[in-house]
Amino acid sequence: MTLYDQLPALVIAVLLFTAPITYMMRLHGFPWAVATLSVVTAFIISCSLAATVFNGETIIYEMGGWSAPYGIALHIDALSALMAMLITGASSAALIFGARSLADEVGEETAPAFFSAWQLCTAGLVGMVITGDAFNIFVFMEISSLSTYVLVSAGPDRRALIATYRYIVMGTIGATFYLIGVGFLYMVTGTLNTADLAARVGATENIRLVLVAAGFISVGLAVKAAVFPMHQWMPRAYTYAPNAVTVFIAAASTKVALYVLIRVDYAIFQNSIANHDIQLTLFLVPLGVLALFAGSLLAIYEKNLKTLLAYSSVSQIGYIALGIAMTSVAGLTGAIVHMFNHGLIKGGMFMAVACLAIRYRSVNIANLAGAGRAMPWTMAAFVIGGLGLIGVPLTPGFISKWYLVLAALEKGGAGAFLIAIILVSSLLAVIYVWKVIEVAYFKAPRANAVPVTQEAPLSMLIPTWIVVLLGIWFSIDTRMPVGMASRAAEILLGVK
Amino acid sequence: MMPLPLSLPPSDLILMALVIPFVGAVLIALAGRWPNIREMVTLVTAVSLAVVVWSLIPVLQEGGRPELKLIEMLPGLSIAFKVEPLGMLFAALASLLWIVNSVYSIGYMRGNNEQNQTRFYVCFPIALMAAMGVAFSGNLLTLFILYEVLTISTYPLVAHKGDAATVRSARVYMGILLGTSIGLFLPAMIWTYSLAGTLDFTPGGILEGKIAEPLVGVLMLMYAFGIGKAALMPVHRWLPAAMVAPTPVSALLHAVAVVKAGVFTITKVFVYIFGIDFLFNQPSHKLIIWIACFTIVVSSFIALRQTNLKRLLAYSTIGQLSYIVLAAAVLKPLSEVGASMHMMAHGFGKITLFFAAGAIYVASKKTDITEMRGIGRRMPWTMAAFSVGALSMIGIPPTGGFISKWYILGGAIQDDNYIALATLVASTLLNAAYFLPFIFAAFLYEEDVKPKKDHGEAPWPMVLALTTTALLTFAFFLFHQPIADLEAQILVK
Repeated sequence: MTLYDQLPALVIAVLLFTAPITYMMRLHGFPWAVATLSVVTAFIISCSLAATVFNGETIIYEMGGWSAPYGIALHIDALSALMAMLITGASSAALIFGARSLADEVGEETAPAFFSAWQLCTAGLVGMVITGDAFNIFVFMEISSLSTYVLVSAGPDRRALIATYRYIVMGTIGATFYLIGVGFLYMVTGTLNTADLAARVGATENIRLVLVAAGFISVGLAVKAAVFPMHQWMPRAYTYAPNAVTVFIAAASTKVALYVLIRVDYAIFQNSIANHDIQLTLFLVPLGVLALFAGSLLAIYEKNLKTLLAYSSVSQIGYIALGIAMTSVAGLTGAIVHMFNHGLIKGGMFMAVACLAIRYRSVNIANLAGAGRAMPWTMAAFVIGGLGLIGVPLTPGFISKWYLVLAALEKGGAGAFLIAIILVSSLLAVIYVWKVIEVAYFKAPRANAVPVTQEAPLSMLIPTWIVVLLGIWFSIDTRMPVGMASRAAEILLGVK
Repeated sequence: MMPLPLSLPPSDLILMALVIPFVGAVLIALAGRWPNIREMVTLVTAVSLAVVVWSLIPVLQEGGRPELKLIEMLPGLSIAFKVEPLGMLFAALASLLWIVNSVYSIGYMRGNNEQNQTRFYVCFPIALMAAMGVAFSGNLLTLFILYEVLTISTYPLVAHKGDAATVRSARVYMGILLGTSIGLFLPAMIWTYSLAGTLDFTPGGILEGKIAEPLVGVLMLMYAFGIGKAALMPVHRWLPAAMVAPTPVSALLHAVAVVKAGVFTITKVFVYIFGIDFLFNQPSHKLIIWIACFTIVVSSFIALRQTNLKRLLAYSTIGQLSYIVLAAAVLKPLSEVGASMHMMAHGFGKITLFFAAGAIYVASKKTDITEMRGIGRRMPWTMAAFSVGALSMIGIPPTGGFISKWYILGGAIQDDNYIALATLVASTLLNAAYFLPFIFAAFLYEEDVKPKKDHGEAPWPMVLALTTTALLTFAFFLFHQPIADLEAQILVK
């Protein structure tokens, strides 16, 4: 066995085992450096895993050599690898970007704990997407959640604590629901391995218990994914977390819950419960449609820029939910691509917001008058991100929308209704994005405001623009995201 | 008349037509601190773009259809360009007028002491790049992408002044153009793709046999209103709203590049996506004719009641654009040629009118036609050019508008389409009714109030520009035959 064969385990190990080292670092700057090094390493490993599974292969890695139904197996296919890349990529970008702003917001005292929590959070999220064991998902979910609470509570504003508390309550409910569901499944089938579950659930006679399990799991994950109306924890958590933390969790964390939702519903239930696709559609389509409208409307009336973007995430998650609910290759491709694309877009936008925050000391939209002139590069990045939310061509949002509309077209009359909803909500995005643009470019700064004359530091601006340009790149050369997403969709639906 | 062709492969010329304005924009941004160098860059960029674009004409005349494929964006859908006569005409028109407009802009922006001139000069080449891209697109996806780039790059130009009223108008502009394109054009395009499996512009169309009534009508209406830049009623409101922009923007973009991109796209969709033979057998194509006729008549009545000169011209543009849509929708060979000819004729005429309106504003600060009695005595060159433009709008020889109207009428007669004929005649009278009294008043009456400042003509670059375009209007009347021959090729399968 070479080291190369161990990569699936190493991607988590490199994060988990260096976290205690980070915690022991007491020298200024070292905790950040160790965390960054390990996260970037994990990113490189994820890319190499992605290259291996790019053409539709699956890696199955048995932990400790114990074979599948008894031991724990890691299961990496195109979907897992794409998500692992998104998570570790977002984590690396946010850390490198946050070198400056985190030093500002997180004190010297708490830095070691903070950065080791960051590593644990990344490890938990990556663990969730590469493990092939339903209970293991729960374990990693708890690792990532507990450490996310630490990260959010490190926000400089004391309201971060209340936001964290709400997050803990909702997050625990979600995770518990998931665990209850998995418990029922174990009761019925006697196994926890996802592949094994898929095979055995169909054979069981106690279908009612399986349905209850499916209900608990789907609702629990919907809470974790902030699917409307279970999104209540998200806007505050995003608003009061340190800026770099918002970049990371907005890009990656809700997407992972959606990933598990896709995994459980498609890999386990879809082939074993009769009419499961109809149930999934009836559950997710109404919530998705509501999310599109409610999220956008809340964003339109919001005054704080970070909260505005959080509400916009609520509506963007609605797109993903709709894509998942369509149970077709095009729909699932759209959903998966949008998880990746939205991660890129929102990550970039929250970076731009962090740049604004470091100069303006406030992210109330009204205070950002004149930002277009004072910080042209930052605002340009923000505008490009905003166009992505609208779904203008040459931005990643266009590609996602293309597949979602294509999927809806396959559905005939009901699809026409969905298309109308999708497009109307894109237009609502125009309103909340333009609201910010008009203030930043065309409003004169308030008379009593401290004039801002400096762009954000280059250490922040360069990562921001790298993310923005990557977004544009992946919307022109779509082979990687669309290729992996469509392969993942084909595997999940058993086509090909 | 043709410039010497650059000895480059045609596909390189296509790429250069996109790269040159982009590089120009970057250089203009860098030269922002030195206005003279900045304006020099604009002029050099405009001239080189025109040389490159016009060098493609001989290739087209010999029957060549140069192509350029950049990258596959979605499975089976590439960003690709293919030059055909209709797009060639549009690109040649826009690139030629950009030179004249650049000269004019220098006079206007300086004469008016406008703010943020660098932003203005940077956005202009980006908009032109998008227009070139629209003109040369090889498939609908590429066209759509550049159509949106055109919308977004012109937003800062419309909102240029930056005060509350301007920003409000710019919001209408952006809202309608983005709203129609994302709400209707995009789904229409994806629908077409799911039916035909391709979006390539193909002579004879790609939809024959793939879709039937009444869905053809639905799809056609989605295109007609989704392409908001064509300003069919009721999605025309963005055009009067765009008049808050500085006049060079109204002149080049909202009389030529942006609006022609709209009618160009509609014509292109009819000819290369639906296919005119297929569409002709679908009864629902009459719907577009009625909508265009309605727009022509109603916009002319609204224009009659305008007193702000630029708004009057905007409503006149709305009507003239619908001539082109009407001509395209009649689906007869003569009328398709007429549609393309009218793009050019209206372009020369309308840019002259806007140039004149801007010259009047810079010289006298007047915007209202009621204040302009007797102004022809102070600004004879400007008002003479204005009259030429107005005659071309009405369609009186020897101006360009006569030629294109001739073709469009010919097409309507081929089709025995009496509604179209009646509309064209009525609109000619209405055009005369709103232009001629104003021109008579400007030349024949005395000034009723003496202006605060004793002014003559506007700065010379402006007068030079508007005289040039007025002469182009005559030139089109005399030398249109090669263009008509070229455009006749669009119907060859």
